[in-house]
Amino acid sequence: MRFRESASQTAGPYVHIGCTPNFCGIGRVYVEDLGGRMITGDAKGQRITILGSVVDGAGMALRDAMVEIWQADAAGLYASPEETRGAADPHFTGFGRRAGDYETGEWVFETIRPGPVPGPGGRMQAPHVTFWIVARGINLGLHTRMYFPEDELSADPVLSRIEHRSRIPTLVAKAEGPGAYRFDIRLQGPEETIFFEC
Amino acid sequence: MSYYARASGWHPPALHPPYKTSVKRSPSFAPVTMPQTPSELTGPAFGHSLLGPLDNDLIRNFGAEPAIGPRIVVFGRVQDEDGRPVPEALVEIWQANASGRYRHAKEGYIGAIDPNFGGCGRTITDEEGRYEFRTIQPGAYPWPNGPNDWRPAHIHFSIFGRAFAQRLITQMYFEGDPMIWRCPIVSSIPSREAVEGLIARWDPEATLPMDARAFRFDITLRGRRRTMFEGRP
Ligand SMILES: [Fe+3]
Repeated sequence: MRFRESASQTAGPYVHIGCTPNFCGIGRVYVEDLGGRMITGDAKGQRITILGSVVDGAGMALRDAMVEIWQADAAGLYASPEETRGAADPHFTGFGRRAGDYETGEWVFETIRPGPVPGPGGRMQAPHVTFWIVARGINLGLHTRMYFPEDELSADPVLSRIEHRSRIPTLVAKAEGPGAYRFDIRLQGPEETIFFEC
Repeated sequence: MSYYARASGWHPPALHPPYKTSVKRSPSFAPVTMPQTPSELTGPAFGHSLLGPLDNDLIRNFGAEPAIGPRIVVFGRVQDEDGRPVPEALVEIWQANASGRYRHAKEGYIGAIDPNFGGCGRTITDEEGRYEFRTIQPGAYPWPNGPNDWRPAHIHFSIFGRAFAQRLITQMYFEGDPMIWRCPIVSSIPSREAVEGLIARWDPEATLPMDARAFRFDITLRGRRRTMFEGRP
C-alpha cells in the first residue's frame, strides 16, 4: 500500500440531493433516480418486497437515511463485471437505493428472492441481501445483511462465525404477508443490528 | 483476491460526541469481522450511457441561466491504495450553493436560494480513473449542533468502485479554509493526515483563463491483493 484510503465523512442530512434528486424534488437533472428499479424486464425468480426503517437509540425512525441493497439474482449470480462464475440475469440489476419517507422513515424495495452464493472455502451461504446505510450522524456507512426467516441458517459460514449467538435474529427479516419481508435496522438498544466489517 | 482490511483508527469512530447526532445513531457494539465473499467482492457497474451531457456541470444542469457564484472546476483521480486507477467508478456529488443554502424541503437557512442551482452532479471515471466537475464554490453554512457551529465550505462525494467493499461517502474541503479545523464533523476524523487527504488544492496550471479556478481532489479507495495466479492489472 502506498496510499491511504480517503477518510469517510457523514452523508449529512441532504444525501438525497446527490443520490435521489428526483425523490427530493430536483427533477430536472437526471431522468430517474439511480437504483430505483431493480427488475428491468422478465427477471427469473420469486418477486418479493422488502420494507423497513432505520431506528435510532431513542426508538425514532430516521427520516433522513439512505439505504442501498446489493444482492444476487435467482441463480445466485451478481450483475457485476467482478462476477467470475457466470452471467447474471440481464433483467435484474441487483442494486437498489431508497430514501426513507420524509414522515415515517419507511423504505420499500421491489426485488426478487436471491439464490445462494458460495462463501469461504466454497461453502454455500444462505440467501441474503447486503445492506449499506448512511445518514446524518453516521460517520462511516454501516454494512449489514438480511437473511430470510424460512431458510435454514445454521450452516451459513458467515453467521456461524458470530460469537454472540443471541444477536443473530437481528439479521433475519420478519415475514409480513406473502412475499413481503420487514427488516428494521436498529442502530442501538437491546436489539441492535449486527453490523459487519470485511 | 481480497481487499485490504480497513485500518482501525483511520476512519471516524461511530461515536463522536462533539457531533451530537452521532450519539443516538452510533452502534454500541464493534462491527463483526466477516470474510469477503462474492457479495462484497462484486458491485454494481454503471455505464457511461447512464450520463446526460450536463450531469457533471452543476453550473448549467438545473436552470435556464448559469448558476450564481464563483465558478470552479473540481477534478482528480480515483485510485486504490496501491495507486492503481479505478476506471468506471461512479462519482456523485451534492453541495450547497454559493450562499451556503441547499435546495431541500427540510433546509431552513436564510441564505438565498439560487433559482439556477440544483446542487447535484455525477460522472464516471475514465480509463485512467480521472473525473471532472464544473460547479460553483459552495458557501459555508451554520447548522444546529453547538450554539454557533458552521460547516466549512465542502462538497459531498459518493463513490462506487469495483466492489461493494469499496463503497465510500466522504466530503471535500478547500485548501486554506480556517474553518476546517473547528468543525465537529471534520474532527470526527482521528488524524490530521487523514483530514489533509480530504482537502482539495488550488491548481493554477489547470485553472481555466477568464473562466474558472481549478481544484484538484484525488480519491483513494480500498486496494486489493491478488493471488499469484491472477493476471497483472
Ligand atoms: Fe453539507
